[in-house]
Amino acid sequence: MRLLRAILLRLATSAVTLAGVAVIVFVVIRVVPGDPVSMMLPPGATDDDIARLRAFYGLDRSIPAQFLIWAGGVLQGDFGTSITNRQPVLDLVLGRLPATLELSVLALGLAVLMGGVAALTGTRLRGTRTEAAIDVANGMALSVPDFLWGLVLVLLFGVIFPVFNISGRVTPSLDLPFTTNFYLLESILRLRPDLVADLLSHMILPALALAIPLAAIIGQLLKQSLKETMHLDYVTLARTRGYGENHVILREALPNAILPTLTLVGVQFTFLIGGTVIIERLFSYEGLGNLAIDAVINRDLPLIQGIVILFAVIFTAVNLIVDLACVALNPRLRHG
Amino acid sequence: MADAASAGGGRGRGRRAGLRLWLAGGWLLFMLAVALLAPWIAPKDPLAQDLFLGRLPPFWVEGAEPGYWLGTDSLGRDVLSRIMHGARVALLVALVAGSLTCLIGATLGLLAGYFGGWADILISRGIDIWMAFPPVLFSILLVAVIGPGLPAIILAIVVIDWTRFARVVRAEAMAQAAMDYVASARVAGRGRAGTLLAEILPNVLPTIVVLLTLEMGIAVIVEAILSFVNLSIPTDSPTWGGMIAEGRSSIHQAWWVLVFPLVALFLMVLSFSQLGEGLKDRFDPVLR
Repeated sequence: MRLLRAILLRLATSAVTLAGVAVIVFVVIRVVPGDPVSMMLPPGATDDDIARLRAFYGLDRSIPAQFLIWAGGVLQGDFGTSITNRQPVLDLVLGRLPATLELSVLALGLAVLMGGVAALTGTRLRGTRTEAAIDVANGMALSVPDFLWGLVLVLLFGVIFPVFNISGRVTPSLDLPFTTNFYLLESILRLRPDLVADLLSHMILPALALAIPLAAIIGQLLKQSLKETMHLDYVTLARTRGYGENHVILREALPNAILPTLTLVGVQFTFLIGGTVIIERLFSYEGLGNLAIDAVINRDLPLIQGIVILFAVIFTAVNLIVDLACVALNPRLRHG
Repeated sequence: MADAASAGGGRGRGRRAGLRLWLAGGWLLFMLAVALLAPWIAPKDPLAQDLFLGRLPPFWVEGAEPGYWLGTDSLGRDVLSRIMHGARVALLVALVAGSLTCLIGATLGLLAGYFGGWADILISRGIDIWMAFPPVLFSILLVAVIGPGLPAIILAIVVIDWTRFARVVRAEAMAQAAMDYVASARVAGRGRAGTLLAEILPNVLPTIVVLLTLEMGIAVIVEAILSFVNLSIPTDSPTWGGMIAEGRSSIHQAWWVLVFPLVALFLMVLSFSQLGEGLKDRFDPVLR
C-alpha cells in the first residue's frame, strides 16, 4: 500500500514537472520577435492574407487562450502543424525519434562497456601504473564535454585516419529497404550485415562522443564501489577459500558494487540524450536534435514546442523508471 | 572528485594536485593576458579578408605565407589573430555569465536550504522542471528568442545553469543548518538572516567557489556551441565556436581552420575544470 502511494505520488510529481515545462516553453517562444507567418507567404501577400494565416495557426488569440487550445490538443495527441514543413508535428517528431533513440542507446552501451572495462581493469591492477593511467584518462574524459570530444573524433577518424563517416546516418545511394525508422534495428532483424556496417560506420563517432564523458563517470564510481566492497569480510572469505582474483572481483565484489552505478547511469542517461542535440548537428545526423535546431532557426513554433515536450517526456520517463527500479531492486527501500 | 578520490593519500598526490592547479591557473592567466592585449599583439586584423590569401597553411607547411603563423581561413583571415580575439569573447562570457549564474543560483540554494518551507518547495519544484529541459536545446531556443548578442548568451547561461548551484548549495546549506554550531549561534541571539550570512555562508563558500570555476568552463562551451550553430554574436567579432563551425565545413580542404581554435577551446575548458577539481581537493579537509 505504501509502495503504491509512493508510486502515485511520484507520477503526480512527474505530471507537475511536465506541465511546468509546457507552460515555460510556451511562454518563452511566444516572445519571439520574428513573425513566422510573414516568412511563409510570398512577397506579394496582402495584410488580409497574413491575418487569415495567423488565424489559421491560432496566432491571433491571447497567449493564455493559445496555450489552452494547444494543451487541449496535446492531451488528445494533436501537437499542431509544423509551420515550415506543413506536416503534423507528431508525425515529424516520431519520424525522427527512432534515429535519436538508436544513437542514445548505442552510446549508452558503449559508455557502460568502456566504463565497466576501465573500472574492472583498474581494480584488478590496483597500485600499478595501469591504474594510474586509467585514472588520468578518466579525469580527462570527465573534464571535457561531448561537443569537444565530437570535434576531436571528427579530426581523428574523419580526417587523419578517415575510417568512419562523419556526416549523415546512412549512405543514401545504398539500397534501403526500411519500413520503419529504426534503421539499425531493422537491418539487424533483416540480416543485412552490409547495412549494419554502413549504419555503424556513421553512428560510431557521434555515439563515442556522447559515451566518453559518461564512461568516465561510470568507470570512476564503479571503481570506487568495487574498492569499498573489496575490503568487506565476505570478499576476504572468498579469497581465503582459494578463489582467484578474477573470480573475487567479477563474482563476489561486482554484484554488490553495481547498484549505485546503475542508479547513476539512469540519471546520467538523460544528460546523454540532451547531448544528442548538438552532437547530431555536428555529425549532420538526421535525428530529433538536428530537427530541433532547424526548427529554432526557422522559428517553427509548433515544432519547437512538440520537440521540447517530447524531450521532457523522455527525461521524466527515464527518471521515473530509474526511481521505480531502485525501489524494486533495493529491499530496504521496498519495505521502508 | 576526478582522480583524487581514487589515487589514495600520500604526498605524491598532493604535489600532483598542486602542479595541476598551477598549470591550469597559469594557462588561464596567460589566456586572460592574450585576450586583454589582443588588439595590440594580434599580428593581423582578425576581420581583414583577402581572397588571394585564402586557406594558407600554417608556417611549417609548404605554401605558407610569412606573417600568417597559423594559416588563414577560406576568406583569407588570419587564424592566429582570430583565436586571440576569440579569447576575449570566451573569457568575457566565462567571467560574467559564470559570476551571475553563481550569484543567483547560490542565493536561491541558500534560501531554499536554510529557510525551508514554501521557499524550498517553490525552488525545488523549479529545479525539477528545469532538469526536464534538454539544456543545449533550451539555450539555443532562448538565444533565438532574445536575438543574437553577448547579453543574450549570458542571459541564456544564467537562466539555464542556476540549478547547478541551487541544487548543491541547497543540500549543503541544509546539512549545515542542522549542525550544532548553527543552533548555538541562534541561541546566542543571532537573527536568521544573520546566521545565514555569518555562519552558513562561510561554510558553503568553498563549494560555491569550486562550482563557479566549473561553471566558467561550461559557459565557455555553451558560447562555443551557440556560435557553432551561428546564434552567438554578429560577425563583427570572431568567436572560437564560429571558427570551429567554419573549420568543420572545410575540414577536408583546410584542417588548420578547425584544429587551432579547437585546441584553444579544449585547453581553456580543461583548465577551468582542472582548476575546479584542484580547488575541490584543496578545500576538502578529508581528502587533504
